[in-house]
Amino acid sequence: MSAYFDIPSDLQHSYTGLIGVHLKEALLPVLFGLVVALPLGQLCARFKWLYPPVLWVTTVLYAIPSLAFFVVLIDYTGATETTVMIPLTVYSLVLLVPAIVDGTRAVPQETLAAATAMGFGPLRRFLQVELPIAVPAIIAGLRLAVVSSISLVSVGTLIGNQGALGNLLADGLFYHRTPLIVTSVVTTALLAIVMDGLLVLVQVLLTPWAPRGRKGARRVRSAAQEPDPGAGAAASAGPAALEDAVR
Amino acid sequence: MNVLHFVTDFFSDGANWHGSGGIPHRMLEHIQVCLIALGISAAIALPIGLFTGHTGRGGYILAAFSTAARALPSFGLLVLMTVWLHRIGTTPAMIPLVALAVAPILVTTFEAIRSVDPAPVDAARGMGMHPMSVLFQVELPVALPLIFSGLRSAAIQVVSTATIAAYVSVGGLGRYIIDGLAQHTYTKVVGGATLVAGLALVTIALFWLVERLVVSPGVRRSR
Repeated sequence: MSAYFDIPSDLQHSYTGLIGVHLKEALLPVLFGLVVALPLGQLCARFKWLYPPVLWVTTVLYAIPSLAFFVVLIDYTGATETTVMIPLTVYSLVLLVPAIVDGTRAVPQETLAAATAMGFGPLRRFLQVELPIAVPAIIAGLRLAVVSSISLVSVGTLIGNQGALGNLLADGLFYHRTPLIVTSVVTTALLAIVMDGLLVLVQVLLTPWAPRGRKGARRVRSAAQEPDPGAGAAASAGPAALEDAVR
Repeated sequence: MNVLHFVTDFFSDGANWHGSGGIPHRMLEHIQVCLIALGISAAIALPIGLFTGHTGRGGYILAAFSTAARALPSFGLLVLMTVWLHRIGTTPAMIPLVALAVAPILVTTFEAIRSVDPAPVDAARGMGMHPMSVLFQVELPVALPLIFSGLRSAAIQVVSTATIAAYVSVGGLGRYIIDGLAQHTYTKVVGGATLVAGLALVTIALFWLVERLVVSPGVRRSR
């Protein structure tokens, strides 16, 4: 086992230390991305003309390869963690803005009208009605952003050992220690799966009204009461049916 | 000296335009790797996506598969495959690239076909169309814009990851960045980065263009 967890001293971190650095470099950018994407997404949902240009700019930014992004930033922020985190923030932003816009647009007009009629002001309506209903869509975006961010941090090793668990890859090649490479790949994949699972859990906790599991799906289907087997297949088709029920 | 100076230096240096290390050759290598990876991925993912989307079954399995595939770190996989297969070159690079591209194509194709308005599909079935004709003449044309968006995001990720593949001695535009970093010639690094970013933008533009040509005007208007 020690071949897998005996981390070379040049990395200046233990195995758990590397995991900590990796999570920091992966999750902080997603957090920053969310902080910027929430107001931006709201603006795009409110002012329809704003969305196409924003979408266009974000698509172009997303297309810039991570390595190219990193190396151009070296000139400004040096070979530091910041250089890794800036592109990851941009990528998170790109994934989150459409998710937030779609989630906000999915709130039914009647629900908004009902909230207004009950005397909700714009801020309270946003916090207590629009945001909770948009939660499934926002979490879906967050899941994509977190998983891709965790995977991309490793590339940081190419710009001077800023890749946390990715640094094990370079060391594994350099010292001819394949177990280190296996450790890096398996740990990174596990981190991504665990964080993804945590986000699903957060969604379950934040949306207690959503139907759960097979029982919920069946309830949705019988509520729809579709005699035609063809149309029934459309209603029974798993996650999306659940999502519609949530909305 | 700022980034723009490096870019102009790189492109005005005549030595960068000739031979096996020249820009045209590296660009071709990069495009070749990307096209093969994308081709293999599409050949795997499109038929499965079309079939599962048409029958509407297997959504949970596809969701679980795509979560697992996304969790795989491409760069780590690239290094691991190079070590395991004991070879340097295109084959070990293909595996992570294909693993990366299959999930987005598969999931968006499935979602695209499944979310086609059931009314025209029922109408086609009622007219006595063969299930295959329903899929290819009704569902596919309507689902095409979404399918293209899946192919596009797969292509962008492949172009980006093929750059990193230079780390394990595959050719392509990533060579400039990796070699430049090793030799501390920042001109090369920034020049390579510019080329890769340019290629990624051309990829988006190409997809946009093909989509304009292939998607039926009626479908485009209704979106």
